[in-house]
Amino acid sequence: MNKKLQALFGAGALAFSTLAMTPAQAADTIKVGVLHSLSGTMAISETTLKDTVLMLVDDINKKGGLLGKQLEAVVVDPASDWPLFAEKARELLEKEQVAAVFGCWTSVSRKSVLPVFEELNGMLFYPVQYEGEESSRNVFYTGAAPNQQAIPAVDYMMSEDGGGAERIVLLGTDYVYPRTTNKILRSYLNAKGIADADIMENYTPFGHSDWQSIVAEVKTFASTGKKTAVISTINGDANVPFYKELANQGIKAEDIPVVAFSVGEEELAGIDTEPLIGHLAAWNYFQSVESDANSAFIEKWHAFIGNDARVTNDPMEATYIGFTMWAQAVQQAGTTDVDAVRQAMYGQQVPNLTGGVAVMNTNHHLSKPVLIGEVQGDGQFDVVWATDDTVVGDAWSDFIPESAKLTADWTYPWVCGNCENPMY
Amino acid sequence: MSNAMIRSVRGLVPMMRCHLVCLMMVLGALTVSPSPASAFSDEELRIAADRLAGDGANDKIALINNMAADGDPRVAPILEAMLDGRLFLRKTDQHVVIGEKQGSIWRHIDVVSGDVAGESPASGLEKLRVNNRLRGALRDALGGLNLFSLDIASRRAAVETVMGARDPSMLPLLVRAIERESDETLRNRMELARATMALAAGVNKEERLAAIAALAGETTPQIRAVLSQFIQSADAEKIEPDVIEAAETALASVERRLGLWQTFGDLYRGISLGSVLLLAAVGLAITFGVMGVINMAHGEMVMIGAYTTFVVQQVIQNVFPAGSGWSLAVAVPMAFLVAGLVGIVIERTIIRFLYGRPLETLLATWGLSLVLQQTIRSIFGATNRQVMAPDFMSGAIEMSSGLVLTYNRLWIILFSLIVVAGIAAVLRYTAFGLQMRAVTQNRRMAGSVGIRTGRVDALTFGLGSGIAGIAGVALSQIDNVSPNLGQGYIIDSFMVVVFGGVGNLWGTVLGAFSLGIVNKFLEPVAGAVLAKIFVLIALILFIQKRPKGLFALKGRAVEA
Repeated sequence: MNKKLQALFGAGALAFSTLAMTPAQAADTIKVGVLHSLSGTMAISETTLKDTVLMLVDDINKKGGLLGKQLEAVVVDPASDWPLFAEKARELLEKEQVAAVFGCWTSVSRKSVLPVFEELNGMLFYPVQYEGEESSRNVFYTGAAPNQQAIPAVDYMMSEDGGGAERIVLLGTDYVYPRTTNKILRSYLNAKGIADADIMENYTPFGHSDWQSIVAEVKTFASTGKKTAVISTINGDANVPFYKELANQGIKAEDIPVVAFSVGEEELAGIDTEPLIGHLAAWNYFQSVESDANSAFIEKWHAFIGNDARVTNDPMEATYIGFTMWAQAVQQAGTTDVDAVRQAMYGQQVPNLTGGVAVMNTNHHLSKPVLIGEVQGDGQFDVVWATDDTVVGDAWSDFIPESAKLTADWTYPWVCGNCENPMY
Repeated sequence: MSNAMIRSVRGLVPMMRCHLVCLMMVLGALTVSPSPASAFSDEELRIAADRLAGDGANDKIALINNMAADGDPRVAPILEAMLDGRLFLRKTDQHVVIGEKQGSIWRHIDVVSGDVAGESPASGLEKLRVNNRLRGALRDALGGLNLFSLDIASRRAAVETVMGARDPSMLPLLVRAIERESDETLRNRMELARATMALAAGVNKEERLAAIAALAGETTPQIRAVLSQFIQSADAEKIEPDVIEAAETALASVERRLGLWQTFGDLYRGISLGSVLLLAAVGLAITFGVMGVINMAHGEMVMIGAYTTFVVQQVIQNVFPAGSGWSLAVAVPMAFLVAGLVGIVIERTIIRFLYGRPLETLLATWGLSLVLQQTIRSIFGATNRQVMAPDFMSGAIEMSSGLVLTYNRLWIILFSLIVVAGIAAVLRYTAFGLQMRAVTQNRRMAGSVGIRTGRVDALTFGLGSGIAGIAGVALSQIDNVSPNLGQGYIIDSFMVVVFGGVGNLWGTVLGAFSLGIVNKFLEPVAGAVLAKIFVLIALILFIQKRPKGLFALKGRAVEA
């Protein structure tokens, strides 16, 4: 805190600076960068992921480290400030010489660090579900691509068990992820025979807090007699007032179910979920899934964070899978050299916490199962639907004509993230 | 990804895996004449209830409808328990029971007799899980059953459910309910529900025309849906043209009246947004409007108020649980004190050295806002804190026209007016208010007549901050209690104060409500993002025309 205060006043009180957690530099350690916002808007979500990485580092160190060396986490705070993400990434790669970086949450922060990682040949593990349409040689995407979250969720809402929705409301925060996802969803819905007249699309600013009109509008839109469902890509803080308004206006999940892509256990922690029972979320992981691996993970998390009330969520699992894969790849390559580790990453397997095995594909996306859960009164999700098998993450959507042609494959002969023909 | 890859976790079992029992029940439902007091024998009811724990959503929905079809009074409590998640499978004997929590022990209530039949810890029971589809089926079935309830309130709710469900298979139940109903308004409502069904299922022209005539007088979104659906499907079903015409006329009149309600709804929501803006801005109207301090940390005072509410609520819950309904009432003065004290400290330690240097004030208070945010984040953590809504602030007044007035918003409108009235009274009737006005109008003159201007400054800043704290109590009910709470309101607050006229309380009131209303009328047309942009552009143009806002303060030394 002292350091931060100094930095703050020093920098003309306009920007936060490093939250340096580097202890006395041990002579022979492998450095791992953690690039998550610990202050500003995104701190609410990202702080948890910082703690997750620290827990995983701790875990490996207790088991004797990697390649005979201890791991050392270098934590920086990009303060929810997108250009600062790029600066901090450069600092991690150039000054700290980290072997890999775990970080970013919003797509705009990822886009901001992308040129830095490509220029300096770094390795970033990105643990959050996102809009796809990207595959960088220097990034491994361990969150869901749209075909691992949005498309199956829409399928479920239109199925008999999901209520057989014939009218769809697309609500989103006004930035790149919701807009791209909804573009994909609209063309998918059109292909499924839902006319544009039966689709309502609405965007709100970040942190929107007055949802009265929009919820009333959704109600009117849903009153034509056709079953209506809401697909929500509302992000961050705006969700709490949105769900409060839904509850207060008495919208029940059996009338107008809302399926969200950015609302997990952590986001529900600030809401009384009793009136929201039955609204849904689509993820690759839920804390409520019963498996030995998951209970062990939850137990370890509670012990590390020292609070049994803390929840786990999907981006935490994605961080866990990415980190474990990286450790395995380093072991296999026998070095932390980025190019060697990258080659070792392909085909790397890690058991999911919910069962099955996640595999890293050559397009830098994972194969993961898709789960849909209904909100319960205790703030947890109850899984009502799951894919039979894992789904291969698709970097380029098949439902956007110009993207459908593109292939991402970083092995010979393609060696490319967005090509129509192989490089070699 | 193809659908074939997908399976339902619960619906593994092929669709209609009807056992003998199920078959018997279907037959039973068809043959048993309506209105016996109990249509099931004890044994049949137990078997049916146990089957609710089975697999397959389609099976279960058929079962639920069969159970409900005969109006057996013992069925409703079972289905209600299932809907509320109180129906359990007892692990010891695999029977379905209703669970009732008594401390850490669950009491088992027999589904047939309604008596207590044993108890166990939570681990001895397995909850029967319901998804949205089952929940809908349960609710509709209960709607049919509750038409015969002894309680008039649940009959009233049941009619609305039946009307919403528009399931023609409920028509026989409804007809029976109409015959029995003694309450006239309720019977009219039931007739209306029958009309909605008769429109689709009616056998001849007269019945349809009568149904349309009954529906035309209503003003609800459901009726609009019924009529428009009827018109859409009319061609396919070879309905007479004059019936269609009548339906179209009826639809037009329903829509016109709904449109009026819609306008009224927009107005109400505008007033509601205005009240929130007013609460957030009225503190600023004092610090910025009266003192001329550009306080970028104003939003953080609101946040401190919200966190004070959280702490007060936690303390009351732990120390005096019975009084937790009153925690907001306690939080209001506490938030005023805490935020006010923080404000006074800020004024004395930072701002008083910066009077007359607006740029430095802006930078310093902006930095301060970051410090305050991070301090709160360090103390309370980055995640949102949950402030409970007291019962009187949950729920809404729902009108049949579809207009919903939520209680929390209604209270906030009222609260904002009370706060403004309070401030106006302080400014007008107290010695402190008089001194404050004197210092605002002419600082040097006020100083020369013996007013300690420094002290007045500190108290004025404290008052403005304290009021921001009070706003935080209200905002904790509709927004996130997170370190970023204040950021969302700072720009809006400045907009309101500048628009209303710096230094004028009534200007702030009028500014807040007009910005709120304009915003809410634009929002349905232009979307939330564009509406904000339009309002901002309009405001800039307005300021160009009238740099001093709606009400310019006339004072000799305002600019000094």
